[in-house]
Amino acid sequence: MAATATVLARPVPVRRRRPRRWAFHAVMAPLSVLWVLPMVFVVLTAVRSFADITGNGLGALPHSFSWDGFVTVFTGGLVGQALVNSAIVTVCTVILSLLLSSWAAFALSRHRIPFRRAVLLVMLAGNLLPPQILLIPVSRIAEGLGIYDTLGALVIVQVGFGLGFYTFVLHGFMRSIPSEIFEAARVDGAGEIRTYATIVLPLCRPSLAALGALATTWVWNDLIWALTVLRTETKFPITAALLNIQGGYVSQWNVVASGAIVAALPTAIVFFAFQRHFVSGLTLGAGK
Amino acid sequence: MSASPVAVMTRGASAGRTGRARRRLTRVPAVIWLFLLIPLAVELAWVFWPAVNSFWLSLTRWNGVGAPEFIGVRNYADLVSDPIFTEALLNNVVWVIGFGGASVVLGLALAVALNRPRPGVGLYRSAIYLPMVFSLAVTGLFWRVLYQPEGAVNAFLGSVGLASLERQWLADPRTALYAVLVAAVWLQVGYIMVLYLAGLKGVDPTLEEAAAVDGASRWQRFWRVVMPQLKGVNGVVFAVTVIDSLRTFDIVWAMTRGGPYNSTQLLSTFMYQTSFTVLDLGYGSAIAVVIFLLAIGFIITYLVRASRNED
Repeated sequence: MAATATVLARPVPVRRRRPRRWAFHAVMAPLSVLWVLPMVFVVLTAVRSFADITGNGLGALPHSFSWDGFVTVFTGGLVGQALVNSAIVTVCTVILSLLLSSWAAFALSRHRIPFRRAVLLVMLAGNLLPPQILLIPVSRIAEGLGIYDTLGALVIVQVGFGLGFYTFVLHGFMRSIPSEIFEAARVDGAGEIRTYATIVLPLCRPSLAALGALATTWVWNDLIWALTVLRTETKFPITAALLNIQGGYVSQWNVVASGAIVAALPTAIVFFAFQRHFVSGLTLGAGK
Repeated sequence: MSASPVAVMTRGASAGRTGRARRRLTRVPAVIWLFLLIPLAVELAWVFWPAVNSFWLSLTRWNGVGAPEFIGVRNYADLVSDPIFTEALLNNVVWVIGFGGASVVLGLALAVALNRPRPGVGLYRSAIYLPMVFSLAVTGLFWRVLYQPEGAVNAFLGSVGLASLERQWLADPRTALYAVLVAAVWLQVGYIMVLYLAGLKGVDPTLEEAAAVDGASRWQRFWRVVMPQLKGVNGVVFAVTVIDSLRTFDIVWAMTRGGPYNSTQLLSTFMYQTSFTVLDLGYGSAIAVVIFLLAIGFIITYLVRASRNED
């Protein structure tokens, strides 16, 4: 709103406005096309036939249309199980992360926990650590607990690693809830759990939605934790399975491209459905 | 600090029960301790405890079988004379500067260009955002397809008369790192743009107008009026970029796995190969500790900024 007001208030001569707008589009339109072009090309590659790619070259425009790539990806047993694995891991991780972090954020934001601030920052610091420093011990701990090479291990390690960030963001939001609301709840005799469930959670819906959209793409897109705690190929999520496809179908670029598109589609759908939440989520940790 | 105890104190100052009331309110109920301690225990067990372990492992020789053998700082001494480590470190420096520099310059320029609402802005923004939703692994595969000798990049160069620039982008040690870098920047620009767009919302437009009235050019207004107000965002972007650069793994792993001839080896991929392919877990831990030490300054920068925002 402020920006619109400035535009109106600024005494821009009408004569100069038109060429500038034209220049803006002259730069931005080709740039946007350039940005989208790699995706378009991959889509075009995915729907070409193998014969077309070998005959006319990978960089040529399509001379054919075929679903062979996708058919191979699905019937070859390459991604079906991987998509299911990814879906299970993503749903469980996102729900558990948001549940646990909303607990911690509620405790830290509305109660006089000793060293509240330090606890919060230490939790956030955990999320900023380079994962490399955790990989070896994490795989060992998973082995020690007997959960190595299970989807459960992948869920719990990603919950642990993400918690700090989600807690920090939700804490900031819960602090901004006026304390009168909590006093009213106390007067009404609401206990802590009821306050949390009937007041805090509903009020946090926008933050939870933003974090949920963000977490979904992060967890779905993870590769390094999957490579760390999983060994059996049938347990791989889609990202890791994709690298296997690449290894197994070396020059069949239509198959590789189809696999990449199948892996990207769910997050693309989340993005389009929740673009507003997604974009606002990205700035959550970066200050107000 | 929380507002409620203060309110209670002033309200009940005259009453004799103040002390008891305050104690009742300030005492943290058991259920709240559970709310805090359960998530904290998960993070301690899966983040902080492993991190501490890595420090210990970096002082040992261990192939994963039997007990680690303590060898002091020999792993670190070996790192100093390891040419692959040096190459990975130098590549990481190139990566921080190239990846960070390009995505920040482009992201900031785009944020400034797309800040004001006008026709087409939504569409352009979406185009720049879109790559963000792809995983680094998918992005890596996308670009692997594009970079093939017969692929779109070379076909494009050929069609605009730059056939002399055509090459095997990922197979040539001289170009591989930069080829991967372009793919990573393609993804990152959207994120940096989002951060700067949020920052620009907090820029006071009246200051820029005043400068414009005083005859400052667009360029001057940007550097002297807008940029100083973006100081906070710059700090966050800087910290995030360096931390991300040191973490970068997926995209390199999907595109080149550190090759050819270690030309795209970063500290993270070197650490992964050493640990999980070569199974030299002590040495791998030492590399991980180096990555941590390089990152910690920027992590603290980010935390300081975060704690200033909070409260």
